[in-house]
Amino acid sequence: MRIPLRLSTFLVISPKAPRNIHSTRFQKAYSTHPPGAKLNKSIDYGSTPILCHSTSSALQNPELSPEIRNGTTKRMNLFQSVNDALSLALSSDETTMVFGEDVGFGGVFRCSTGLADQYGTHRVFNTPLCEQGIVGFAIGAAAEGMKAVAEIQFADYVYPAFDQLVNEAAKWRYRDGEYGRGLGGLTVRMPCGAVGHGALYHSQSPESLFTHIPGLRVIMPRSPIQAKGLLLAAIQSPDPCIFMEPKALYRAAVEHVPIDAYTLPLSVAEIVKPGKDLTLISYGHPMYTCSAALQAAERDLGVSIELIDLRTVYPWDKETVLASVRKTGRCVVVHESMINAGIGAEVAASIQGDKETFLRMEAPVARVAGWGIHMPLMFEKFNVPDVARVYDAIKKSIQY
Amino acid sequence: MGPSQKPGAAGVRFPGAVDSKFTSSLSFQYPETNTAIPTYRTMSPEGEILDSTVVLPSDDAALKMYLNMIKVSIMDLIMVEAQRQGRLSFYMPSQGEEGICVGSAAALEKDDVIFSQYREAGVFMQKGYTLEEFMSQLFANRKDKGRGRNMPVHYGSKELNIHSISSPLATQIPHASGAAYALKLQRISNPSLPPRVVACYFGEGAASEGDFHGALNIAATRSCPVIFICRNNGYAISTPTLEQYRGDGIASRGIGYGIDTIRVDGNDIWAVREVTMKAREIALKDGGRPVLIEAMSYRISHHSTSDDSFAYRARVEVEDWKRRDNPITRLRKYLERKGVWDESQEIEARTNIKKEILRALSEAEKEKKPPIRSMFEDVYKEMTPELKEQMGELRRVMQEYPEEYDVGEFEGGVASLK
Repeated sequence: MRIPLRLSTFLVISPKAPRNIHSTRFQKAYSTHPPGAKLNKSIDYGSTPILCHSTSSALQNPELSPEIRNGTTKRMNLFQSVNDALSLALSSDETTMVFGEDVGFGGVFRCSTGLADQYGTHRVFNTPLCEQGIVGFAIGAAAEGMKAVAEIQFADYVYPAFDQLVNEAAKWRYRDGEYGRGLGGLTVRMPCGAVGHGALYHSQSPESLFTHIPGLRVIMPRSPIQAKGLLLAAIQSPDPCIFMEPKALYRAAVEHVPIDAYTLPLSVAEIVKPGKDLTLISYGHPMYTCSAALQAAERDLGVSIELIDLRTVYPWDKETVLASVRKTGRCVVVHESMINAGIGAEVAASIQGDKETFLRMEAPVARVAGWGIHMPLMFEKFNVPDVARVYDAIKKSIQY
Repeated sequence: MGPSQKPGAAGVRFPGAVDSKFTSSLSFQYPETNTAIPTYRTMSPEGEILDSTVVLPSDDAALKMYLNMIKVSIMDLIMVEAQRQGRLSFYMPSQGEEGICVGSAAALEKDDVIFSQYREAGVFMQKGYTLEEFMSQLFANRKDKGRGRNMPVHYGSKELNIHSISSPLATQIPHASGAAYALKLQRISNPSLPPRVVACYFGEGAASEGDFHGALNIAATRSCPVIFICRNNGYAISTPTLEQYRGDGIASRGIGYGIDTIRVDGNDIWAVREVTMKAREIALKDGGRPVLIEAMSYRISHHSTSDDSFAYRARVEVEDWKRRDNPITRLRKYLERKGVWDESQEIEARTNIKKEILRALSEAEKEKKPPIRSMFEDVYKEMTPELKEQMGELRRVMQEYPEEYDVGEFEGGVASLK
């Protein structure tokens, strides 16, 4: 499916698109907050602690191998780090293929720029405009030993491929039994999440539809470093992976990224900031909102908050989350997609279902998420969890 | 092709149809203007060769194919009966379509990759799937390579390069395109690899699914060495083809995708074998291209053991097809004409095959079921902590309420759950 021309030109292709897309007059009406706002300020990607603003901060990550930590970095935004990961995957293994709608010229979000020139149109190519065809084709290629990295242009358009993902990709290894033919080579990338003015079909975050499917790994990175390491891990994973890229971060999130190939572990959450009074859990784009809310709440309420990024939303790292909540006794979960049956529901249910954690709870688990509506163009800023709503949930939980 | 249209040019330079000529006479293209695509046949219903150019196999190979066809048809009769007796949960016969499956499989090479729908027992038989493998899968016992997870008839074999069957219709068609593209790339990077194609089977009903469209279109645009083999048997469960499509069958669609296409008499095993051999050559030409074969036949059996087809079609119609035109009797007549087969050999072969199948059936039935643990395995390559926890929970419940669970027939009993 194709993005309307005006939106695509504006959103993606235009070389003049400002780095902070929230700053133009045109967009102001859609997604910004009033000048007097104390909490709901624009995220300052240049100073947020979510991103590594220096080489040394990027390299001190203990999840990186010693060689990477002794290496160098380069400043990249998220689409560049995805491009870098794809390029490294293509160069290190000639069975790797990258394809989808408009991938050949570089992709509508620039993620595959230069790859067809460098690795050939046999391995980096456009497909006809048909999502079920793209994913079915990718499954077949992976079944015959290729590393097939397929792109769905927007997560909003993955549904035609839902049957292929649910009934085929996810069940392939299980139904093949002793033969053990799995689909480890399959990775399906898709831009997701709100972007300020994407409305109904350029804003969705369908991750929890995939977390209800045994057999798939569902991953959403929060930053360029995470995107590169997790994407390379997904491509190498012996299981089929859904890799969701928050499109609002493609240009906005810039940090120092190690230049060599590295992987970050799947199904392992990361404690982004330790704390002792409340556990704040999120993933993807709202991590920035959470970080800002956390700073305000720590300052105003004199509390210490632990911030956790799930990174892989299924199979998820329950152990890290439960250990944190047992310590803090309070938990707030934040995600952009609808609250009902979302990731927050699973986290909250797991907390109350774990005897030990349940007994240590000082307050009910709070969920801050999209309302039970579709993403409306003019009302996006009232739908996506903002700093005020996260701050309020933290405050209510602390004061409970 | 230039960027602009020259004044007075006869041809159109629209990028979407570069070879189209202008016309000043308004006329729609009507489907009925085209005559129906002919059906290729090599052999009359009496087993007489009509196309003298057809490449025929040796008598030994022909006899082997004949035996494989009757093996499938006898297995069908026995297994349908076993299902009626409640010894089997489900079965799908392929009566009337043995020729399509055995004939096409005989034309494929050992290393070619196969995707099938579910009515292709003949393909498995011809490729060498053993009776023990058939029965283990049907009875979901501990020897079933699918580890007891799939419904009966959902066969698969790594050794034979046949991917495991799944129930959703047509999903395997784009898989075949992708797999064929993989084979093509692998050969580009290593030209010493033997040339291989992918063969993909599906019914005319499945061809109405969106996956059929996605698969043929991408196979054409990416020039994939894949042979699409449609079994057009006249019915999708109760739906006759008149309610399935209004074009000239499935074959006429191939042309629209830019795919080399042929329609063949599916009851003529030599015609099916011949077109599949030619299709294989075409598929490997110039780096690869797809081919579509529409094999015409009639579904003599019920759709499955859950279906009584006399609710939607006349018994007399079925009987007519069974007697008048049938791939097995046609090949039998051919063999008898050649003097390599007679009534006594027929009776002996049928008796032996029946015995062989009944023996395999009763052995498979007696086998233990796979360990219960296997229900938690292979969801992911490694069992996740969550699944380990759930397996422990099931074990606990089973141990606390032993009278509620019958685990005796499963290998290892409750103890396998760790």
